[in-house]
Amino acid sequence: MSWLHIFILFPLLAAVIIPILFKKIPRVHTGWFVLVVPLAVFIYLLTFLPMVAGGETAMYSLPWIPRFDIHYSLYVDGLGLVFGLIISGIGALVVLYSIYYLSKHREALHNFYVYLMMFLTAMLGVVFSDNMIVLYLFWELTSISSFLLIAYWYARRQSRYGAQKAMLITIFGGFAMLAAIIMLSIMGETFSLQALMAQSDQLVQHELFLPAMILILIGAFTKSVQFPFHIWLPDAMEAPTPISAYLHSATMVKAGIYLVARFTPFFGGAMEWFWIVTGVGLLTLLWGSLLAVKQRDLKALLAFSTISQLGFIMSLLGMGSAALYYGGGDEAHLHSMAILAAVFHLVNHATFKGSLFMVVGIVDHETGTRDLRKLGGLMSIMPISFTLALIGSLSMAGLPPFNGFLSKELFFTGALNAAELDIFRMETYGALIPIVAWTASIFTFVYSIVLVFKTFFGKYQPERLEKEAHEAPWGMLISPLILTVLVVVIFFVPNVLAHYVLEPMMASILPPLAGEFDIHIEAWHGFEPELFMTIGVVVLGAILYATLRKWIVLYNNMPRALSITNAYNSGLKGMESISRKVTDWHMTGFSRDYLRYILVIFVVITGASLFLLDGFSIDTANAANINGFEIILSLVLVGSTAMVVITRSRLTAVIGVGVLGYIVALFFVVLRAPDLALTQLAIETVTVALFLVCFYHLPRLREKEEGDGINVFNLIIAGAVGLLVTLISLSANGHRLFPAISDFYEDAYELAGAGNMVNAILADFRAIDTLLEIFVLCIAGLAAYALIKLRLARREQDENQ
Amino acid sequence: MEILMSVLAGVLFMAGTYLVLAKSLIRIVLGTAVLGHGALLLLLTMGGLKTGAPPILGIESTAYTDPLPQALILTAIVINFGVLGFFLVLAYRSYQELGTDDMEQLRGTEDE
Repeated sequence: MSWLHIFILFPLLAAVIIPILFKKIPRVHTGWFVLVVPLAVFIYLLTFLPMVAGGETAMYSLPWIPRFDIHYSLYVDGLGLVFGLIISGIGALVVLYSIYYLSKHREALHNFYVYLMMFLTAMLGVVFSDNMIVLYLFWELTSISSFLLIAYWYARRQSRYGAQKAMLITIFGGFAMLAAIIMLSIMGETFSLQALMAQSDQLVQHELFLPAMILILIGAFTKSVQFPFHIWLPDAMEAPTPISAYLHSATMVKAGIYLVARFTPFFGGAMEWFWIVTGVGLLTLLWGSLLAVKQRDLKALLAFSTISQLGFIMSLLGMGSAALYYGGGDEAHLHSMAILAAVFHLVNHATFKGSLFMVVGIVDHETGTRDLRKLGGLMSIMPISFTLALIGSLSMAGLPPFNGFLSKELFFTGALNAAELDIFRMETYGALIPIVAWTASIFTFVYSIVLVFKTFFGKYQPERLEKEAHEAPWGMLISPLILTVLVVVIFFVPNVLAHYVLEPMMASILPPLAGEFDIHIEAWHGFEPELFMTIGVVVLGAILYATLRKWIVLYNNMPRALSITNAYNSGLKGMESISRKVTDWHMTGFSRDYLRYILVIFVVITGASLFLLDGFSIDTANAANINGFEIILSLVLVGSTAMVVITRSRLTAVIGVGVLGYIVALFFVVLRAPDLALTQLAIETVTVALFLVCFYHLPRLREKEEGDGINVFNLIIAGAVGLLVTLISLSANGHRLFPAISDFYEDAYELAGAGNMVNAILADFRAIDTLLEIFVLCIAGLAAYALIKLRLARREQDENQ
Repeated sequence: MEILMSVLAGVLFMAGTYLVLAKSLIRIVLGTAVLGHGALLLLLTMGGLKTGAPPILGIESTAYTDPLPQALILTAIVINFGVLGFFLVLAYRSYQELGTDDMEQLRGTEDE
């Protein structure tokens, strides 16, 4: 067990102590104790940076279920480490922020921090796991802890709705991923990711390659809110703001990005991978940016912007996967720029989006509302928040001098490069990529401006706010301040990141090119097309913002029925109502219907197998002869049976059953079974007597059986059952595969000292049957006695009166 | 003889099934009794018929009828009787308590 194993489980262990601290030390906000945990993890992970920057990786393994090749094995490379640093670093900032955001008197802090620590462990586990089953385990743990956190204020209906929606969608994706993992383990005969990657060349031709790819992508897309699975994120905004900032912008929603990046060395280079990842990413980018503009709620706006930015990163990962097609050389280096843009923007997005969420939380906390229509004019009241929001938004919009500008330029470079690809049938559609990317950037610019201007500019409306607005306490501002400083610092010295963060990440995603990257990010690179595209974005975006009032009405004309959330809701309702209808249709509550199902299924399955397997045959070679007496007995048997069925009189029916029983006894005589005949006679007598004892109390047989006489449907079923029994009996007679074992019982006298073989079997050879049969009779007797004697319901009624 | 017995068992199964599918509880009880008889005959037929003397060692014979199916049938008869008796008492009691023997009326609530 290495230190890394311990540090990943550390938050989970801390979660055990948190409720105790919350109860025992109520004076101190529990968050202060929790803060130590992500900070410790962050500092510990920093120690790996020099190793990873040197191009090395590390593997730590601990057996868990070795028989099934399941190990708690951890793999440290650039990709996992940077994700781990983002998770623990922003985790620490979020805990600090939440100390000031959540009141220690009113909130159930122990729940909050326990869920948060569960999430921290889960997320670290996802990014460091090498064993795919363990990866899946942590993956589902992120879904569960996210579910708990979204429904943190569980008394609200919207919170519960959002949590359920997020749960259903992400668990659906999780199952798809599990299926993919199983497929991959069948393909590579290992659960280890690294061992699998090593075989990627041989497995491209495998028939499970494509299904596994699609299922992995479903898992990644549901988690990373890609179109059309993005609908859970806006509803997850019911969570407390620190959670939205942490889970739903910086970490959990990037788990899918991580997964795609992790599997790029395996699937990348395939046409399907390129098209699905790029296409879905671009669609999400465009759709998210279009919808973000119309939002009235600040957090909903940020949710759609997150969706859009994740689509941005996803599409870049798709475009960059073309580099693996070439494997090396200039072409590969050209397309690896897209991967650079993806990992760079991943880091940038975590910084500015985290800070924006925190600022929105501050606005909400200090004014009591997040509604854009009520907000305005806060610039002079909350100058620090305003500055932070402005920097975050401009970075999001992709303007200098902030880090978003650099990654956006790289994005345009990647898109333009991808457009010039001549593989994967890109000649036809390639030109669409930069156009879509550019359009989406314009809308990104518009909603970023909306976010700042509608909140901080315009007229201050104190009468519409729930509280009197004022600047937030410093404690709350520290975290967004740190993130914002990073936003600016990264712009001015991006190349410091390059060696320690971006190169190791790219080496993980594009292993063939490892060690050959020459990253040099520049803010100014001459009058290139990218620059003109950015200028176009700013100009058009400014025009669109100025005329916002005129075209925002277009959104209102968009039919609500066509939205995906609507499809989700009605799909859920439809599934419920269909299953209810199906259940109501066949579960009628009438035992007769159920008997019909049972009998029809019996007839169909047995009959079909009898004929399809050609099982029917008649073999009369061993058949015994028939004499006249037996024919008479048979006729009486049939006659009495018919009498029982046809009669309307109770007495006749009882007598008919009695006759039937005695005829069976006579058959036993004819067929040389004296003990049976004896028993049958006695039992039949008792049965008839029992019927006669109940005679006066039994209901009269119905005059009309089923409305009008014979029920044809029942008759057909009954006829089929009878026919089938006869056919099976005849076929079985014809197929005696081996002789009976009964010769053994002919030695009954020597073995058991009994002359009567049947009795010897009952009491000696197979006496346990007899013992249990006695039990049956005892239980039946006791039950009949209890039924008649115990009148619980009536006694209760009597007591109540 | 085997063919005749198979047909008889089939007839009993048909009649029993038809009675079990009826509306009236008393007919269902009678139906189970008929089905029971059908099963007994079927068991006996499957063991082979009239292949020798009754399975009692005192009788001088070269071959005996298979005793094992007879032992099984004997067990079945007793169990059948126990269940039928209980069923009859149950039908009697339910008629007494609920005042109906119509299976259409004897059903659960809508939303169980």
